[in-house]
Amino acid sequence: MTKLFIATTALATVLTGAAAAETIGVSIPAATHGWAGALNYHAERTIARLEEAHPDLDFVLATTPDSATQVSDLEDMMATRGIDALVVLPFESEPLTGPIKRIADSGTWVTVVDRGLAQEGIQNLYVAGDNASFGSTAGEYFAENLDEGSKVVVMRGIPSTVDNERVEGFEGAIEGSGIEVVAMDHGNWNRDTAFTLMQDWLSRFPEIDAVWAADDDMAVGALAAIEQAGRIDEMFVVGGAGMKEMVARIAEGDETVPVNVTYPPAMISTAIEMTVLGLTSGAPMTGDFIISSELITQENAEDFYFEDSPY
Amino acid sequence: MAHAETKTRRRGGSIDLKVIGPIVALIALVLIGVALNPNFLSYANITNVLARSAFIGIIAVGMTFVITAGGLDLSVGSMAAFVAGLAILTMNVLTDSWGVGLPVILVGVALALVAGLVAGLINGLLITRVGIEAFIVTLGTMGIYRSLITWLADGGTLSLGFEMRELYRPVYYGGIAGISWPIIAFAVIAILGEVVMRHTAFGRHCAAIGSNEKVARYSSIAVLKVRLATYVLLGLLVGFAVVMYVPRLGSASASTGLLWELEAIAAVIIGGTLLKGGFGRVWGTVVGVLILSLIGNILNLTDFVSPYLNGAIQGAVIILAVVLQRKTGTDR
Repeated sequence: MTKLFIATTALATVLTGAAAAETIGVSIPAATHGWAGALNYHAERTIARLEEAHPDLDFVLATTPDSATQVSDLEDMMATRGIDALVVLPFESEPLTGPIKRIADSGTWVTVVDRGLAQEGIQNLYVAGDNASFGSTAGEYFAENLDEGSKVVVMRGIPSTVDNERVEGFEGAIEGSGIEVVAMDHGNWNRDTAFTLMQDWLSRFPEIDAVWAADDDMAVGALAAIEQAGRIDEMFVVGGAGMKEMVARIAEGDETVPVNVTYPPAMISTAIEMTVLGLTSGAPMTGDFIISSELITQENAEDFYFEDSPY
Repeated sequence: MAHAETKTRRRGGSIDLKVIGPIVALIALVLIGVALNPNFLSYANITNVLARSAFIGIIAVGMTFVITAGGLDLSVGSMAAFVAGLAILTMNVLTDSWGVGLPVILVGVALALVAGLVAGLINGLLITRVGIEAFIVTLGTMGIYRSLITWLADGGTLSLGFEMRELYRPVYYGGIAGISWPIIAFAVIAILGEVVMRHTAFGRHCAAIGSNEKVARYSSIAVLKVRLATYVLLGLLVGFAVVMYVPRLGSASASTGLLWELEAIAAVIIGGTLLKGGFGRVWGTVVGVLILSLIGNILNLTDFVSPYLNGAIQGAVIILAVVLQRKTGTDR
């Protein structure tokens, strides 16, 4: 019965061009920092591609500066656009759980991206990065490439669960390797803060063998400080999230920046594509889809370089 | 420890203490720094701290005039980010047609100064001619400039081309006789600011307006013009700070200059300038900026406290520094 229905719809679509239009709402945070900027870039790119491939699909993209605006955006989508599916990256888990639950209860397909909701079982599909593996992938590289007794400094992000999971992953991976973390502080995912922090660590420690800056913006700041101190040959710096400048340096074989760890903002593309696939093909798409963090090395750097992306 | 000193000196002479309050706090911080880490007084560390203070410092000197004249400017941090973004974009575009060279940098520098000046002029005109409260006007422009830089950068980061960055780099990292340019620039601006505040009609007019606007007007001071001038001056100094900031990392993003306005205002108040206006002290502002920088530096040089508590330490020192001078103030 279902098959027949889908076949008929497909036929109708072929005949009339856009008969049974489905509307998909996409709600993501505004481009206030590099990673979110890339998130926006990938969302727009994917929507453009899908609109071309599926003329019968309509997309509504809303970017939001805070939780309250996102709640209003979602209400508007339901009331005025009558969306059939929602792809949402919640600005914050707690405040968005209620509104998203109401949408899911009304029978709309819900795909939640990256930041999980406070209550389980609301969404049909959950697509997210893996913060623990983000930390452990970097940690494993440190454990393999540093000698026992090596001294490393760790730059953390803004104090949050994301940051905690990453750091726990990192610490778990270097445990027992004999690597000593001499200092760990918050660089707040910010270039300027990281620059100052690194300057002060360089004054404080005569020996630093490696830096884990858990984000590429911080890695940029740290590298500038190391360069200023003329100690660029003494240590390597591993950032994260695959900023294109960093990927370019890895591709060139820069010894200071040997590898990087992904936390792909393109996961929004995964989420939108899977939602559309679920709507159009009838293939089962419910469940959790966790994108693991990969190690970018000189060999595979090309696959992670997006020329037009802002990040 | 600084607190105990206050109490003993308090009986000696009240005016004396009001003046030396911030200096006492600064000396106390330096002593703590020396005690905690032997590298604290190393040439590299001193240079780092002074050079990184220059941006906020240069802006805070301008802020001293604005606050002394009874105003406030919340937009300076966003303004700095926006001006930096504008300068970087322009230099990148010019590099394509003119090639890498000094003219491109000169245009970038000129643009930063002009953009800062115009931004300050807009704030000033809205406050003086349209008559909107400074808090509201600059809160508005703060949001506008922050959005504009985010939009210009497409949510990401604007970066200066690699070769241009190498050419421009010495403006932050270079210097004469081992003293880097940002430190020299900060010193020159601070000395000029002190002279203007103390020895010119403009400085005295600022204080007069801040202390009592009506009386100032009756004394035939061009209140609106002087007010306007303080915002234009601050805008120009923001532009100048950007000229020193861009060569440091060669980039600007939505998180550039975040909270600089509050740091600048805090430095001004720690330095002894009254938040309600009427009295300003440029050298005090310089001490205030150094106090704020040193707190961060000392916290980074030690495992003294959990990094989660950095903000609490900073807050406590800010309040303590102001308590030191207010307790014995002439108005008590």
